[in-house]
Amino acid sequence: MKDALIAEWIKQRTVAVTGWLLLATAALTGAFSVAAAAAVRCAALGCGGDPARISLTGVEFGQAVVAILAVLAISSEYTTGMIRTTFTAMPRRITVLAAKAVVVATLTLMAGTVGVAASLLAGRLLLPGHGFTAAHGFAPLSLADGPVLRAAAGSVLYLVLIGLLSLGVATAVREPAVAIGLVLALLYLFPLAARVAVSQQWYRYIEQAGPMTAGLAIQATTGLPSLPVQPWPGLGVLAVWAAGCLFIGGLLLRLRDV
Amino acid sequence: MSAPPIAPYRSPLPTGRDGFPQLVRAEWTKLRTVRGWVAGLLLIIVLTDLMGLFAAGSSHTECITSPGKAPQTGRACAVTMPAGPGGEAVTDTYYLVGQALAGTGSLTVRVTSLTTEWGSGTGPDTGSDFKPGPVPWAKTGIILTASTRPGAAYAAMLVTPDHGVRMQANYTGDVAGWPGRVSAAGPRWLRLTRSGDLITGYDSADGTHWTRVGTVRLTGLPSTVRAGLFTTAPGWQTTGSSFGGALGNGGPSLATATLDQVTRSGRWTGAGWQGTAVGGASLAAVGYQRSGERFTITGSGDIAPASPSNGARAQTIEEHLVGVFAGLIAVIVIAVMFITSEYRRGLIRITLAASPRRGRALAAKALVAGAVTFAAGLVAVVIAVLGGIAVVHSQFGYVYPVTMLTAVRVVAGTALLIAVVAVLGVALGAILRRTAAAVTTAIVAVVLPYVIGIGSVLPVSAAQWLLRISPAAGFAIEQSIPAYPQVSNSYFPAFGYFPLSPWAGFAVLCGWTALAFALAVILIRRRDA
Repeated sequence: MKDALIAEWIKQRTVAVTGWLLLATAALTGAFSVAAAAAVRCAALGCGGDPARISLTGVEFGQAVVAILAVLAISSEYTTGMIRTTFTAMPRRITVLAAKAVVVATLTLMAGTVGVAASLLAGRLLLPGHGFTAAHGFAPLSLADGPVLRAAAGSVLYLVLIGLLSLGVATAVREPAVAIGLVLALLYLFPLAARVAVSQQWYRYIEQAGPMTAGLAIQATTGLPSLPVQPWPGLGVLAVWAAGCLFIGGLLLRLRDV
Repeated sequence: MSAPPIAPYRSPLPTGRDGFPQLVRAEWTKLRTVRGWVAGLLLIIVLTDLMGLFAAGSSHTECITSPGKAPQTGRACAVTMPAGPGGEAVTDTYYLVGQALAGTGSLTVRVTSLTTEWGSGTGPDTGSDFKPGPVPWAKTGIILTASTRPGAAYAAMLVTPDHGVRMQANYTGDVAGWPGRVSAAGPRWLRLTRSGDLITGYDSADGTHWTRVGTVRLTGLPSTVRAGLFTTAPGWQTTGSSFGGALGNGGPSLATATLDQVTRSGRWTGAGWQGTAVGGASLAAVGYQRSGERFTITGSGDIAPASPSNGARAQTIEEHLVGVFAGLIAVIVIAVMFITSEYRRGLIRITLAASPRRGRALAAKALVAGAVTFAAGLVAVVIAVLGGIAVVHSQFGYVYPVTMLTAVRVVAGTALLIAVVAVLGVALGAILRRTAAAVTTAIVAVVLPYVIGIGSVLPVSAAQWLLRISPAAGFAIEQSIPAYPQVSNSYFPAFGYFPLSPWAGFAVLCGWTALAFALAVILIRRRDA
């Protein structure tokens, strides 16, 4: 396993695109969070929004880059034929997949931490100027605050799980375009279906089942009782999706020829 | 001795033409001979329709027909709405104190007060739990209507709390008159005159100097109409603090108005003034009192086009098009691979050797991708809309009627949207050359702004900006019911209302696509293949 890890680490480290994608993950997450925090204005009646969630909006963009990184981690080997070399050198395919998962998770963790930290900083600096003040019942965002720490750490975990889900999907379908399309469809189609759900019951079912809709519940710090799914169980739903995709990917990896 | 001259070799085959039609044919051949892409095109139809029909099918809900009874399903829950003269769904509920007017005539009145109240959103409406609250578009004044059947043709001169005097007709017509609030110190005089099909409205702040506000033609108006005094008030909503889709509180409203100095001309028939709760009395408090020539009328409801919102069993046709997003993702994958796979396999070098004018080759590719996805999209959208309507009707739901022109715009426009996104995919594929990056960029640019715009994370203003400037503005082409400035409603992206008009939003998407395509042409000509 150690050798496989080193091999995967070298593969990721020595292609230029990894660095760019990690930079893009952190930068996009931060930039769109800044934009969201800058766009928010509180009305005279009150704010109604969740300051932690607003300042972490960039995660919804950053996850797309994480998905590219994770998909390329395996599908680029199929594109270039490198996968045959890899499996010749390391015939235990599941070990290779596990090593890839560890490397992708570690890289996402690093980039995600930077992006989420930048997002929170932006929220802390910008939101009080836009009405999210003590007068409206909002304290400045601080990691010393339990729910905010959970939202921030959970957002990083969310990105890691999105990376693992993408890796699983890409292992199963191999073709990068199809894999990335599938991943983004899994993420984005649930909230779209929820919008047209006519009954409240269906709306809640869809929100509870979607990897993105359930997973992002981890960012909520206000109005928890009315959420379709609670923060940690929501992240658990995403973890189940990621585990399921990795399992199917691993199974197909074992069963199929390269 | 000199060598005999050697004639250069000339192929006996005729020279091939390399015009644009030949290029298009070559690209079409490439597309149709890759099995995965043909399957993908079919997948566009399947995904679009499956997701759309699923959404329509999930509308099977229970309803409570009367308090205290068990929830019911099926025909008992059937939803209907009156249709206005233009065929559109309307709300037509108000309290009328009227008489019959035969032929030409006029009606004048003075309005001295208009107060509004908010009722609680829950519990039986006893009228005891009302408290004062603002209702900007409460209405009182005079109305001339073909009948008291909801949806009848009408013209009205009315006073509102926050929007001054208005002349409104046939639900969608609205002309502003004298501004300002009405009070005992600052009353308003209103007058309506009928001459044939023409109804003219006047207003005045002193009862002697009159201003013509507008004239409308109500075609097919019967010779005898109902005319009189009315009051109504649309339900209240607290939306000022709501984010995205999370709507605040809401409930019914009441408006009470005092009107006097009623003067009539023409032939008025019938047994004096009669009170009618047009559209049914939803609240016990509606009615009127008369003391001498002074009328105090209390009403609730609205005379306006109906406004769709989420969670109602009445649906718009575009709600069946949610599957287009699933189809679009497939379109993007196919369109991007249509060009990036040439780079991956080296086919691009043969393509460009056969057609050295690279911009033209890319244009042929974009044309084929656009045309093919337009055809697939059109089939998918037609099935989704017709199937969705059939499913909703089978569950006794209601689909907002639209004119044929609007329906064609929604259906053909959505297919065009799919085609333009395919061209965007080809352009991004040519610019980025890397499949995963191009697919992600296209999906994030087209679909994600819409997902975020309808989510409950961003405030409404930010969501509206996102749907003005991003390529997702193009989804405005799907909006079938317009937003009316004279109707109190939450015109938010989450409820299907776009900040731009349908074609303006579509133009934004086309602008982004043109930009990407121009960049792609420049890059494909400059870079080595």
